[in-house]
Amino acid sequence: MRATAYQRKLDVKNGRIDLSHGAGGRAMAQLISGLFHEAFGNEWLARGNDQAAFDVGAGRMVMTTDGYVVSPLFFPGGNIGSLAVHGTINDVAMGGARPLYLSASFIIEEGFRFSDLKTIADSMGEAARAAGVYIITGDTKVVERGKADGLFISTTGVGVLADGLDLSAEKARVGDRVLVSGSLGDHGTAIMSRRQNLAFETEIVSDSAALHDLVALMVAAGGSSIRVMRDPTRGGLAAMLNEIAHQSGLGFRLQEEAIPVKPAVAAACELLGLDPLHVANEGKLVAIVAPDMADAVLAAMKAHPLGCDAADIGEAVADNHQFVQMSTGFGGGRIVDWLAGEQLPRIC
Amino acid sequence: MKYADEFRDKTIARGLARAIGAEAESQSEYRFMEFCGGHTHAISRYGLEDMLPANVRMIHGPGCPVCVLPASRIDMAIRLAERPEVTLCVYGDLMRVPGSQGKSLLTAKAFGADIRMVYSTLDAIRIAEQAPNREVVFFAIGFETTTPPTAVMIRLAEKKWLKSFSVFCNHVLTPSAMHSILESPDIRNIGRVEVDGFLGPAHVSAIIGTEPYEVLAQQFGKPIVIAGFEPLDMMQAILMLVRQVNEGRHEVENQYSRAVTRKGNRRAQEEVSDIFELRDQFEWRGLGLVPHSGLKLKQAYAQFDAEMRFAMHEVRVADNPACECGAILRGVKRPVDCELFGTVCTPEIPTGSCMVSSEGACAAHWTYGRFRDYQLRRA
Repeated sequence: MRATAYQRKLDVKNGRIDLSHGAGGRAMAQLISGLFHEAFGNEWLARGNDQAAFDVGAGRMVMTTDGYVVSPLFFPGGNIGSLAVHGTINDVAMGGARPLYLSASFIIEEGFRFSDLKTIADSMGEAARAAGVYIITGDTKVVERGKADGLFISTTGVGVLADGLDLSAEKARVGDRVLVSGSLGDHGTAIMSRRQNLAFETEIVSDSAALHDLVALMVAAGGSSIRVMRDPTRGGLAAMLNEIAHQSGLGFRLQEEAIPVKPAVAAACELLGLDPLHVANEGKLVAIVAPDMADAVLAAMKAHPLGCDAADIGEAVADNHQFVQMSTGFGGGRIVDWLAGEQLPRIC
Repeated sequence: MKYADEFRDKTIARGLARAIGAEAESQSEYRFMEFCGGHTHAISRYGLEDMLPANVRMIHGPGCPVCVLPASRIDMAIRLAERPEVTLCVYGDLMRVPGSQGKSLLTAKAFGADIRMVYSTLDAIRIAEQAPNREVVFFAIGFETTTPPTAVMIRLAEKKWLKSFSVFCNHVLTPSAMHSILESPDIRNIGRVEVDGFLGPAHVSAIIGTEPYEVLAQQFGKPIVIAGFEPLDMMQAILMLVRQVNEGRHEVENQYSRAVTRKGNRRAQEEVSDIFELRDQFEWRGLGLVPHSGLKLKQAYAQFDAEMRFAMHEVRVADNPACECGAILRGVKRPVDCELFGTVCTPEIPTGSCMVSSEGACAAHWTYGRFRDYQLRRA
């Protein structure tokens, strides 16, 4: 059925989501066709089925899913929509795969503004088109006021992995180098500063970005010498390296001075009592690379705009305790541990 | 980062480390207690212990307001938050602190209590203004640093005629606790470590000045150097302490002169003394009842005192008998000397006060320094 057959036009400027937009009736169909189809526009969605049949190239399939419950929904450098696209593309790409298709599921709170929903959907469409990825199926639910924090989005991504590539944490070996694609803590600090209504002299912008092109360059340069790739999202670099340490049975030794952190981010973290190593990133990756190919992979990273600040920050070491240790700028040592619970500002 | 990088210069830090190494006499032991949790955290975070000679040892003191809050006060806060008419506003790092039954404000929130994490006293005022039909209570905690903002908040609430706003006051005083570490009845049971000097609090001293420590330095014959929280501040203060010990002096010196004066911030002190008065005693987790170490609201502000308003009663509860926090807070034992450390007591499931807050001695050692335990065993 064509969108023009529906009775009332969506009032995108002033309208609000009501329960009828999730009830499965005409209003819901109108929302999907008038807002989501328009924003995501592609041949699979246009067919209007409950599922999408699609072609895949040669190789192994990769699949991932993620939920996005960020608050605030809009932040410097993006919004929940672009984040939901970038985040899932990155999870596919961290396997070394080429992302192809996404699904998107929306849980919307009654009373949510159409104008905000349109902004979010448009930025999803834009992010997907820029990445050469299609949002080909989805779902919409509306819940009563107070039962969701405005909007939750879940996205699932599929991609294709070239034969011969098999990245996994247990493949890390003693002596492997730890490469990071750029400065840490930008996304989490941007979110926190917005939550606290802190106005810094330099606005801190989220690093939200799709990393699959950068990954493709790295894979071309390093191939199977790249043992593991992971994006340090929630929990930051610290949680991610501790995860890999436990999965591989190794430890890591980092050099604090080599770890890139923007001065504005470092200053904001000082103010908020946070550690940039625990703060979330949405456009950065960490690669564990065999030592003989580390320089070549690092050079490939630096050749891409999203990896221009890439750095070699340390190495994998034999350690039965699987500690992630760091030499501080003063020549002392410390552990870089998991965060206990949520990172919360300190009293004093 | 202006005003921070200047105090993190590794070349200067190494120079100070060399000076400490040269001046610390090899046949002597230097045991300095940093009272402040902020110092403990910074020492661990920057790995400063590795830069000190073996005979200069830092002892982690009790200076973390979250750590020293007894379980009974958390129990009181949970009971208060569970009242249907109450909205409790708390600083985030109190949320995970366990009460006597292992329940925390975080779990109480999950079970439906209206608990809001706030980042300043003004947030609590805003919540009270937006919800005039709720009883909004601010869980006030902290040393002399955070007391003036609470005083200002109470004055603001009075000015705004906030009839259903009150404060659950848990503010405590630093000099009383330092006194208790050096001299209290508990010492007979758990012993006393020989402290050769104190690294004095930074932010606290910006409010109260250096003068209140003078009597302690004289009475106990211990040098005290007020130090900032940056690594170079602490290294310089340690050097100043080493020199005092070598010269047989026991004075109050001020390394943190860019923020601290002898008399402190008079206006903040006046605000506090207008609104608060001393409690006869206050319980500190790990230290027990410490005389004249806590504050309560004066009678004139009783309408803002949650303990009066809700007839809150404190029921003292015993800490886990296996927990060594009392001895660790006084520097008699180290975190690894406690059999609970790293087994049933970790930052995820803290048992004792020293593990409760990230600034506690055990939490700092677990989070940043526990690799040294294995190095020691290997050696």
